[in-house]
Amino acid sequence: MAGIVIAGGGDCGIRAAFAARDQGYAGTITVVAAEPGMPYERPPLSKPGELGATEKPICTPERLQDCKIDLLLGVSVHSVDRAGRRVVLSNGAGLDYDKLLLATGAVPRKLACSGGDRALSLRSLGDAQRIYGAAAPGVQITVIGAGLIGMELAAVLIGRGARVTVLEYGPRPLGRNVPEALATRITGQHLAEGVDILCSVQIAEVTKNAVILADGRSIPSDVVVAAIGVVPDTELGRASGLAVENGIRVDRQLRSTDPHIYAAGDCASVLCKDAVYRRFETWQNAQTQGDIAGRNMAGAGLQFGGPVWFWSDQYDLGLQAVGDTVGQASAIRKTDTETELHFYLDGQARLIGAAGLGIGNAVAKDIKLAQKLIEAEVPLDVALLGDPAINLKKMLRPIAVS
Amino acid sequence: MANWIDACAADDIEEEDVIRFDHAGRTFAIYRSPDDQYFCTDGLCTHENVHLADGLVMDHTIECPKHNGQFDYRTGEATRVPVCVNLAIYQVKLADGRVLIEI
Ligand SMILES: Cc1cc2nc3c(=O)[nH]c(=O)nc-3n(C[C@H](O)[C@H](O)[C@H](O)COP(=O)(O)OP(=O)(O)OC[C@H]3O[C@@H](n4cnc5c(N)ncnc54)[C@H](O)[C@@H]3O)c2cc1C
Repeated sequence: MAGIVIAGGGDCGIRAAFAARDQGYAGTITVVAAEPGMPYERPPLSKPGELGATEKPICTPERLQDCKIDLLLGVSVHSVDRAGRRVVLSNGAGLDYDKLLLATGAVPRKLACSGGDRALSLRSLGDAQRIYGAAAPGVQITVIGAGLIGMELAAVLIGRGARVTVLEYGPRPLGRNVPEALATRITGQHLAEGVDILCSVQIAEVTKNAVILADGRSIPSDVVVAAIGVVPDTELGRASGLAVENGIRVDRQLRSTDPHIYAAGDCASVLCKDAVYRRFETWQNAQTQGDIAGRNMAGAGLQFGGPVWFWSDQYDLGLQAVGDTVGQASAIRKTDTETELHFYLDGQARLIGAAGLGIGNAVAKDIKLAQKLIEAEVPLDVALLGDPAINLKKMLRPIAVS
Repeated sequence: MANWIDACAADDIEEEDVIRFDHAGRTFAIYRSPDDQYFCTDGLCTHENVHLADGLVMDHTIECPKHNGQFDYRTGEATRVPVCVNLAIYQVKLADGRVLIEI
């Protein structure tokens, strides 16, 4: 009997497999995973840990066995025969499917300049081991890209005694998805820890021992890491003739243009509530979409819609954000000298996004409450959002909480 | 023999909230439910080394501050992925406005 086949053993693919079982799916579930070892979480790869690269397994072999999920390691889905509903694997074997999930994730964007292939990237456990293996005290490491992963990596590397320079094309670090005031504070911490950060620079060339900038400056570098974003892995989707545009296009139930094929996680471009396709690159999104795709392949009719959430840890600082946090914040809440939250409202005073920065997980509670306030879609009083004396829970449940 | 430890004053915890309590090299989370009952679990989430006292208490659920995992803090039961290992729980009693836990 043809069952569920999942291409990709990342957070999304594995979550989908368990979710399909949770939903009561009785057929076979096979996860085809290109990477060789047991599935692991990616976020710990760039978080400070004693060994640098923390290997955090997603699940145990026993749990897979208990749920009768077949995991094929070190094998990839090579091609899809949509008419025959059959995939061919890299080892030549064939697998029939009733439903197929593409959870192929994303791959690091390559540095386009001359010598760009000298730069390492950070996506897999192997990548992390390579980078941290080279990061001996005193080694000069240049990180290209001051996004979340580049900045997290810089924090880990400086902590391990390397000399670290971060090069950024844009005018400031973390410009893509972190409110400026929060990004400024994180950047200040990096500078205080001794990281060199150069913004508004262009890379001309990567040589054996330096990064050459377009203005002629030369940054001595024993190791170069490019952290300039990822591109969705849409190869399979494209080759099988599915609609692809910055991700495999799926509807709100995460179905592609072929009703037997779903896509979710970093590789998927999802039709959102406002009729715009969006692709997300966060751990929670991979979990949520994996859950929905898994359940829907098993017969549920769930829709993706909730706000997407992410966190980042750098030194002792913890950043969390949920939803849409672009532009000017409508309200800022300073819980204490070290903790602040920025809230973003739409034209009807409904919360659409929030971002917070504090020590450790200090903002976690309020960001979770903000997520619930976003989901509630009710108009809010800006003055209350900005008032640290008002518990956000009270705004969420004005009646239940006295 | 039961070993009751004085953890905090009953008023130290707001209603429907949680605080951290450290004792003898171990760390715990102590909860006060919306119906004014007290509970105690291990402090760290079973998914990762993250302290639950930074998490959000809603009704009888504690949500881990990092990975969205949830537990019923009355029973320790893991109720939402990615957590699948239950939390250890400890007996709690109130005496003279103090919260005591049995460890
Ligand atoms: C270093 C790092 C740190 C991060 N930190 C955070 C963080 O702090 N917070 C946060 O929210 N997010 C973070 N992220 C992002 C988060 O990890 C990703 O959004 C998430 O891993 C996406 O999951 P996925 O399953 O969609 O894709 P992936 O994790 O990329 O998994 C896809 C898998 O599919 C495999 N594959 C591809 N093609 C095939 C095929 N044809 N057949 C079989 N298998 C195939 C790939 O090899 C890969 O193993 C981080 C990412 C990285 C790299």
